[in-house]
Amino acid sequence: MAEEDRWLDEEAGPVVRPYALTRGRTRPTGETLDLIALVTAVRGAEVDPVGLDPEHLALLAMCRLPASVADLASELDLPLGVVQILLADLRVRSLISVHHPTPPAQMPDPRILKEVADGLRRL
Amino acid sequence: MGFGGSESYGRDPGEAPVTIKILIAGGFGAGKTTLVGSVTEIRALRTEEPLSGPGAYVDSLDGVERKSTTTVAMDFGRITIRDNLVIYLFGTPGQERFWFMWDELASGALGAVVLADTRRLADCFPSVDFFERRRLPFTVAVNCFDGARRYHPEDVRAALDLDPVVPVILCDVRQRSSARDVLVALIEHALQGLQRARAAGTNV
Repeated sequence: MAEEDRWLDEEAGPVVRPYALTRGRTRPTGETLDLIALVTAVRGAEVDPVGLDPEHLALLAMCRLPASVADLASELDLPLGVVQILLADLRVRSLISVHHPTPPAQMPDPRILKEVADGLRRL
Repeated sequence: MGFGGSESYGRDPGEAPVTIKILIAGGFGAGKTTLVGSVTEIRALRTEEPLSGPGAYVDSLDGVERKSTTTVAMDFGRITIRDNLVIYLFGTPGQERFWFMWDELASGALGAVVLADTRRLADCFPSVDFFERRRLPFTVAVNCFDGARRYHPEDVRAALDLDPVVPVILCDVRQRSSARDVLVALIEHALQGLQRARAAGTNV
């Protein structure tokens, strides 16, 4: 087995070209959105479809209510990296707003975690 | 699909939504998917990652011409505590070749559950190492498989050379209540860590 094939077994899945949708870009414009960042379509924004793909428009429709990056990628059934790039495109056009998650160490009130523990106990 | 209910979200515009990320790690077959599935609906997240062999991520990226990609499927689940407060659980891909994804996953995470199978305890060493080095709070959950010899949590702690504050819990993640207790233990451990850090006036 050639050295470069060694890591590609069945579990690794098919070798494809998923970044055709992003026209070959493998990194988003600007910072990468966290998996749990919340994305919301900007209400009343004028959407000029020129330069936007159906996937961009699908994402916009899906985040009329705040939705996480993970949820959007799962729902659209596209690879996470691709969705992060498409969302960055929408962000550059000011069509979405992003709410970044607060790092745990910077939570204004760590007692929110107590609420989380209590909520889990009720599961 | 939307975060929170359409009615409730925005009722209190002053309150920012809080999303919390928890990683579920451990060796292959240790029960990561089962744990997520016990507490919530499992959803799949696909990633396509550039892959060019084991050296590509430690060497300079110059001259990586023969780049190909691989699909990694990740499990995740969402638990809504209340409007504007949601936990996300992400099963980390266990195989070593996917380790380059862990940094992004671990960034901003509240903590991690490391599932241990006592029949293959060594499988969870890499996860323990990773979270210790990242100083990410974690709890070791010893999944008690049928037929596996039962160990005392302290024996597992000694075998893994864990810090005394790291909780070690026996569990059966097929049981919802047991999976839930593991998550509660992690949250409480993380909370204590934050409170200690605040009391000491340091940033974590």
